[in-house]
Amino acid sequence: MADAALFEFLHTEMVAELWAHDPDPSPGGQKMSLSVLEGMGFRVGQALGERLPRETLAFREELDVLKFLCKDLWVAVFQKQIDSLRTNHQGTYVLQDNSFPLLVRMASGLQYLEEAPKFLAFTCGLLRGTLSTLGIKSLVTASVAALPACKFQVVIQKA
Amino acid sequence: MCQVYLWNYPLYIRSVPTENELQFHYMLHTSLDVVDEKISAMGKALVDQRELYLGLLYPTEDYKVYGYVTNSKVKFVMVVDSSNTALRDNEIRSMFRKLHSSYTDVMCNPFYTPGDRIQSRAFDSMVTAMMIQVC
Repeated sequence: MADAALFEFLHTEMVAELWAHDPDPSPGGQKMSLSVLEGMGFRVGQALGERLPRETLAFREELDVLKFLCKDLWVAVFQKQIDSLRTNHQGTYVLQDNSFPLLVRMASGLQYLEEAPKFLAFTCGLLRGTLSTLGIKSLVTASVAALPACKFQVVIQKA
Repeated sequence: MCQVYLWNYPLYIRSVPTENELQFHYMLHTSLDVVDEKISAMGKALVDQRELYLGLLYPTEDYKVYGYVTNSKVKFVMVVDSSNTALRDNEIRSMFRKLHSSYTDVMCNPFYTPGDRIQSRAFDSMVTAMMIQVC
């Protein structure tokens, strides 16, 4: 119980800290902080990608890996599963979470819409890192239409 | 002797007898081919994470080579002396499980960048303890 709250507080502080040190309000400076957050998420994702699938059987295809992300990874980090997973079967997947735990405390509606991307950067990195350990190169972006629902779009890069 | 491979380059190599080390290295490299064969065969057949195989009987002495692949495509390869018949399947499996869990710990270490050679002393001591137990 307390674990979930601890991670949320830590995450909130991380975002606040990275934004506070950024005296440059122009888009260039903002992008730096977002990529730092994403980088942090990436490293954590790499470690989780090693630790979580320990006892699970080998993944036979990409879809299995994505399902693992939606179920096991989300449950381990946010104590709930992703609400929906859609794919175009050509390497693009959309993960939709209707009440994303890191956003659910902020608002429910359109307030704070511009601030939302900051709070999604770490999670994008997390997804990308886990996928990279499991052998899949990808690009993850997030979008918010109305808090606290958000969508993560995963595009698999074919080498 | 054991090795940890990531995408076919070695992350960690350790052996007990220091003579014929080059022989061991050669054997381990060739065993990677067999590992890859097994992985591609696995895709169709049963989905089992662990793989175990006997192979590479060398002309002078007999060695048994065991392999193990994780979900993140990291391969562990172990070479043991065939004269050591006390080693059973379960023991090999438990050794690989220990290796896997120590490797996971190494991955979670924030000072370790994935893809580097493993320099963790904890990992070293775990492998040493395991090898002492066997030899």
